[in-house]
Amino acid sequence: MPGPSRPRVARFILRRLALLPPLLLGVSLFLFVLTHLVPADPAKLIAGEHAGPDQVAAVRKAFGLDRPLSEQYAVYLGRLAHGDLGTSMRTNSAVLDDLRTYFPATLELTGAAMLATVAIGVPLGMVGAIGRGGLSDLLAQFASLGGLSFPIFVFGLLMQLIFFRWLEWLPLAGRLATGDSPPAHITGLYVVDSLLAGNAATLRSALIHLTLPAFTLALASLAPTARMTRSTMLDILTQDFVRTAWAKGLAPIRVYLRHGLRNAFIPVITILGLQVSALLGGVFIVELIFAWPGLGLYSVEGILALDYSAIMGTALLLTAVYVVINLAVDVTYAVLDPRIRY
Amino acid sequence: MLSWTRASDTSTGAGVAGASFLDLSLRRLGHMPAAWIGGVIVLVLLAVALAGKAVAPFDPLRIVPADKLLSASPAHLFGTDDLGRDLLSRVIAGARISLLVGALVLAIAMSVGVGLGLVAGYWGGWMDEAIMRTTDVFLAFPRLVLAIAIAATLGPGLYNAMVAVALSWWPWYTRLVRGRLLSLREEEFVLAVVSLGAGRPRILLRHLLPNVATTVVIQASIDFGYAILATASLSFIGLGAQPPTPEWGSMIAQARSYMIDAWWYPTFPGLAIFVTVLGFNLLGDAVRDAFDPRLRSSR
Repeated sequence: MPGPSRPRVARFILRRLALLPPLLLGVSLFLFVLTHLVPADPAKLIAGEHAGPDQVAAVRKAFGLDRPLSEQYAVYLGRLAHGDLGTSMRTNSAVLDDLRTYFPATLELTGAAMLATVAIGVPLGMVGAIGRGGLSDLLAQFASLGGLSFPIFVFGLLMQLIFFRWLEWLPLAGRLATGDSPPAHITGLYVVDSLLAGNAATLRSALIHLTLPAFTLALASLAPTARMTRSTMLDILTQDFVRTAWAKGLAPIRVYLRHGLRNAFIPVITILGLQVSALLGGVFIVELIFAWPGLGLYSVEGILALDYSAIMGTALLLTAVYVVINLAVDVTYAVLDPRIRY
Repeated sequence: MLSWTRASDTSTGAGVAGASFLDLSLRRLGHMPAAWIGGVIVLVLLAVALAGKAVAPFDPLRIVPADKLLSASPAHLFGTDDLGRDLLSRVIAGARISLLVGALVLAIAMSVGVGLGLVAGYWGGWMDEAIMRTTDVFLAFPRLVLAIAIAATLGPGLYNAMVAVALSWWPWYTRLVRGRLLSLREEEFVLAVVSLGAGRPRILLRHLLPNVATTVVIQASIDFGYAILATASLSFIGLGAQPPTPEWGSMIAQARSYMIDAWWYPTFPGLAIFVTVLGFNLLGDAVRDAFDPRLRSSR
């Protein structure tokens, strides 16, 4: 069967990417209107508690908050078109620079969580499907429903209690121990950078700091992944070609992996793509609990300081990331299943 | 609810002679262990929430500095917090808040979502286009991130947090209702009422709404636990309920500074959220399976 033609996939990707600007526009407009509907006054917050009305007015003028809403939005969009996301009122640096600083930490955390999801969730679902109705299935199903219902922030705190306080195996929070200096900046991912630099001590420190947050974050995405793998595998294992495989006398491992799992990939990748949404939501909570200096922590601190440029910048970046990942998932289908055309 | 379901039976021809759709579904529900476990949890929660102060050993807001951070004991079954307040009493008070939160979030999300879904699905045209493109904007965003962003702009507070969660939720109902309506619109009974001269509002409210109600109620029963979880998450971040409100998420946020030496402080409110969400999830899944057996085989 012929694979998807290259120009067709390229056209599909371009068409989807073309939707991104209007989407970002919609998101920015929505948040912009919302920020200005609410009574909270950022100017008062920046000027400080003891500022007089004159000082507040000066701040308002300095940040352009005294102009009409439509004008403010037009100014914002004009800057956005030039890649300027404004200045953070809290950190006093350009939002774009802040995002650059914090994004790699979030990327490392969500990437590790995704790995954990695949490494645990898929086998869990397979065990359930293979031992259908048995004890292992029951345990796997119970674990996934429990995982769905367990609040991620409670799980994170319990992990800290168990592995830091009681077992003393893993550190409480942060990306590195206090004495460690971060590896030379190449990708911003400490694990990758310390590997590239060949620095074993930093690598070890980065890994043990990453473990708890990554597993905590993976909790919410594990359950749906395990469930989807299980039900897809169940469907596939009852099909004729699997019976043929058994009849040929193939080893079970070959039947399950080559014939079963391989055909379960597409639905499983769909669900993994959807989990990105859960991961990006969870990142806010996990970064807060583990003092992980990423986008989540940056924006939660920005939120509490009414730092609207920072909130908006993070929201736009996350939307773009989300759209691109969903697109990547769709393109992966075409690679995995030549029957799918765009 | 009873009359709605009947309406859907007669109009879609789903009723089986002798036993109504509702009877059959409820009978199926009764045979599911998950439904029983979930049902019992939810009933106990409701009872606790209703009884509230009557079953709580202390006033949830009573501060006793001398009793601060006491471990679990017969006097304080769940221990006490950093201000010496009884955690059991606070967890009990939190049950009422959480159930109200779940109900209100879904009420807002459903009224906005179902309303717009009906309009989009029935009117079609530019109205449909406008509404569905708006849902695209909302759905392009991870749900919790959107709720956080909205709550951030609205400012901290339990009501704002609930509105934020509801606003991040309605598009799912809009899509659900619109999808159902697109197929319902073509059914003969709609043609029949149109030919009888019924006006659009009447067709929508009397004939179409009852037919999507079952689908919406099933979805709501699945979403209830998540609505509670999402709002508690916002409270944990600091965007929802503020101290001293005995809301579970906010209690756990308070507990963070003390948990290394007081494991019970975050643990009991945390277990309360877990059991509550688990109960609603078990019940919600069972309700869906019972009312729509087609979905069951695919899981």
